[in-house]
Amino acid sequence: MGVIMVSVKRLVLDILKPHQPNALEFSCTLAKVGDDYHVSLTVIEVDENTETIQVVIEGNNINFESIQTAISDMSGSLHSIDVVEVQSEADKE
Amino acid sequence: MKPLNQIRFLLRITRTHGIVRRYFVVNGFDGALTMLGLIMGFVLSSSADLSVIITACLGAAIALGVSGVSSAYVSEQAELRRALGELEDAMIADLHDSAHGEATRWVPLLIALVNGTAPLIISLLIISPLWLSKAGISLYISPLYAAIIIAFLLIFLLGVFLGRVSGISWLRSGFQTLLIALATVLLIYLFAGG
Repeated sequence: MGVIMVSVKRLVLDILKPHQPNALEFSCTLAKVGDDYHVSLTVIEVDENTETIQVVIEGNNINFESIQTAISDMSGSLHSIDVVEVQSEADKE
Repeated sequence: MKPLNQIRFLLRITRTHGIVRRYFVVNGFDGALTMLGLIMGFVLSSSADLSVIITACLGAAIALGVSGVSSAYVSEQAELRRALGELEDAMIADLHDSAHGEATRWVPLLIALVNGTAPLIISLLIISPLWLSKAGISLYISPLYAAIIIAFLLIFLLGVFLGRVSGISWLRSGFQTLLIALATVLLIYLFAGG
């Protein structure tokens, strides 16, 4: 049996973040982490200093570690991973 | 991220764009009026040597610069640390290594530099005719009067800048600040001219 590669195709993340950087800047920074990422951001709740957002990231092979680093660099805090879609495929090499 | 974009980003997330602008105008205005006052004093006393005037003005300019840097740094650092603490409480997280943590370290320094260099540069521009005259370059008018004209011009330009920021007529705003400079000159003349 050959090596099986698993790639992450879709993530739905629940994040707490400050008001700044704003939703547009936040999602653009996440999209820049990969070269084919599609990011969709929804603001769920707004408080005095923070806002809770839901971020949907779609891509061919999402690098979760880099996404997590980008979130914490922007002062965000990842609360939960709500949805994950992965796909396995045999390594052709 | 390019350094300029990084600075813009840090100023945006700390919402300190307005503060930088305000400090530039407030302390720039301070520098211009201080130099105007000093030079008016020398015009009225009409006995000091040019090198004495330059030394006195340069001393005041450096003091204004150092005062601007130190006071802004201390106060802005305290303000931003407090804001970061509040944000950390709300986030229930340590934000030291985040963009907000970085902004808390760098933005006070940036604001301090603006606050210090604005009066210093404006003062140096105002006393530049004195230097030129000392270097042997002949001016059409007395170097002290040339310095006063430059002071008026820079004060007018600060007003123009304020007018553009606030969206009101730049000409009106420029003349408003110019009026303040004229009132200062009048006060100096009334109290020190006799």
